Amino acid sequence: MTDSKIKIESLYKIFGPKPKSVLPLVLEGISKQDLLENHGHVLGLKDINIDIPSREISVIMGLSGSGKSTLIRHINRLIEPTDGRILVDGEDVLGMDKAALQNFRRHKASMVFQKFGLLVHRTVAENVAYGLTVQSVPVEEARERCQKWINRVGLSGFEGHYPSQLSGGMQQRVGLARALATDAEILLMDEAFSALDPLIRNDMQGILLELQEELHKTIVFITHDLDEALRIGDRIAILRDGAVIQQGKPQEIVMHPADDYIFDFIKDINRGRVIEVKTIMTAGETVKGPDLNHNVLLEEALQMVSDSETREGNVVSDEGKAIGSINLAQIVQALSRPSVEVGEETRYR
Amino acid sequence: MDFDQFPSMGREDLRDFKKGIDSGFRDFSREFGEAIEQFFDPLLWFLVRLEQLLQATPWPIIIIIVGVLAWLGSRSIKIVVGSVLSFFAIGYFGMWEDTMSTLAIISVSTLVCISVGIPTGVMMARSDRAQKVVTPILDIMQTIPAFVYLIPVVMLLGIGKVPGLIAVCIYAMPPVVRLTNLGIRLVEKEALEAADAFGASSTQRLFGVQIPLALPNIFAGVNQTIMMALSMVVIASMIGVAGLGVPVLRSISNQYLALGLMNGLAIVALAIIFDRVSQEYGSRLQKHRQGTQHD
Repeated sequence: MTDSKIKIESLYKIFGPKPKSVLPLVLEGISKQDLLENHGHVLGLKDINIDIPSREISVIMGLSGSGKSTLIRHINRLIEPTDGRILVDGEDVLGMDKAALQNFRRHKASMVFQKFGLLVHRTVAENVAYGLTVQSVPVEEARERCQKWINRVGLSGFEGHYPSQLSGGMQQRVGLARALATDAEILLMDEAFSALDPLIRNDMQGILLELQEELHKTIVFITHDLDEALRIGDRIAILRDGAVIQQGKPQEIVMHPADDYIFDFIKDINRGRVIEVKTIMTAGETVKGPDLNHNVLLEEALQMVSDSETREGNVVSDEGKAIGSINLAQIVQALSRPSVEVGEETRYR
Repeated sequence: MDFDQFPSMGREDLRDFKKGIDSGFRDFSREFGEAIEQFFDPLLWFLVRLEQLLQATPWPIIIIIVGVLAWLGSRSIKIVVGSVLSFFAIGYFGMWEDTMSTLAIISVSTLVCISVGIPTGVMMARSDRAQKVVTPILDIMQTIPAFVYLIPVVMLLGIGKVPGLIAVCIYAMPPVVRLTNLGIRLVEKEALEAADAFGASSTQRLFGVQIPLALPNIFAGVNQTIMMALSMVVIASMIGVAGLGVPVLRSISNQYLALGLMNGLAIVALAIIFDRVSQEYGSRLQKHRQGTQHD
């Protein structure tokens, strides 16, 4: 079902004058601080192994300095790794020569940037067409292909404007349309919505999810915002100090944080919008009450169950077969008390 | 040790040393002078033709051309009227022919400076090593007294238009080189990263992103180059370049106040016209930067 589109294998990135020379030390597990103080190199990424499934949104989350923007730039090789492999559709990106890499960037992976990266001397239409211009697509054809995307992101009528005449949200729509216009299968989004204010950000997330429902691209999305990660991510990898500390579905991360660091992260989120009923149901039992699809979120389930007379409900599979039950008390408990297992132990706030 | 006197090279040795350099260069110019002269022949031909053309064209046509160019560049009636009036005044006070000669050499030297200077600036922007090598050369070009480099140029090529042109270019080229380099280096990292991410080749990056975004700076450089070329007119006239500098030179040696003043003011008028027109044009180039905020 989830064949991996991008496979990152034991990727290391060391910044400094002679990264290769200190690589053996890093492989032996030297600490970041030791490496900086005694060897003058900065450890950017440490033993990253991530499988990015095709046609899904994979979020890489981390705070600033965690290496997330460095990581995404390895996928299209804007940054060269010190060691490791990056396979896209089985082909090693690092083995590509200049022409192959150019081709890869033109047709296979496009990118959206935090600071938009628009060309200020080009109009909206010309910016959206940039990827096609680079591919030497004839002007007329490029204009036609781009118009679709301009309309799709809601910029019709602004084709002749310059980026400086647009608000931040609209500028990022241009960035998104530009990335979509090349029809690349992979979309790399580097904190694409982080520079926008919350309402606009919410809007843009909506647009992205809507587009994704239709396009099914392989999206790698970088963010520092857990709510954003939980909202749009089919899968999440959490990065800290250049290493992946946990990856999995949003559910898994919320219910089973790997360590205190992640526990601190998730304790304040709105759990009703993340946890699905199947995660907390009592399996095998059937009761009297409304049927809830197993993917229903607690927020909605709470409404349905408390509206029912019995204050209970059945959890059913996609085929309509009952697979378990859930009651009001279970839902409320799951919503209110983050009793989560951190590693082995169970912990309360 | 005697500290009263600096232990300089002996007088004899010093004389021989200077003589050696002089005769060495003289041999060099005897050997290659002609070849170098031939190399500059097309430039000379172009300069002479342009000068002839400007002087042969009836004055009303020149004034119309000046007006049209001023309008195309600045889109400002004020500047057009000012330019046309200045040219009328120049003609009325009998400086028409000299002004045409000056226009010719300014145009040709600006063209030379741009066609050599912009590629040099691009090269400097692309390589730190090139920047390290070229920067001190530019420093020398800008600070060394013009008379000093006139000596070898005159030794090589004699007195005439070409040495004058070279002298003007040496002095006027640095700004366009420096500002091209600076402009390209100042292009935002984000724009370059985006170009890379979409698979632009380095040529596409240069002509599609770097140069267009650096254009306002490059243009400021061209503007400075024109100004500096104009300021070299008098010195160029010392080695036989016709134009407004010649009467100025004459009035220095003969103490003709009015003549000197008039021709000097004509140079100033040309400078102001060039400056205003090119600056207006330059700021229109970056219209996209000052777009009204749309929220």
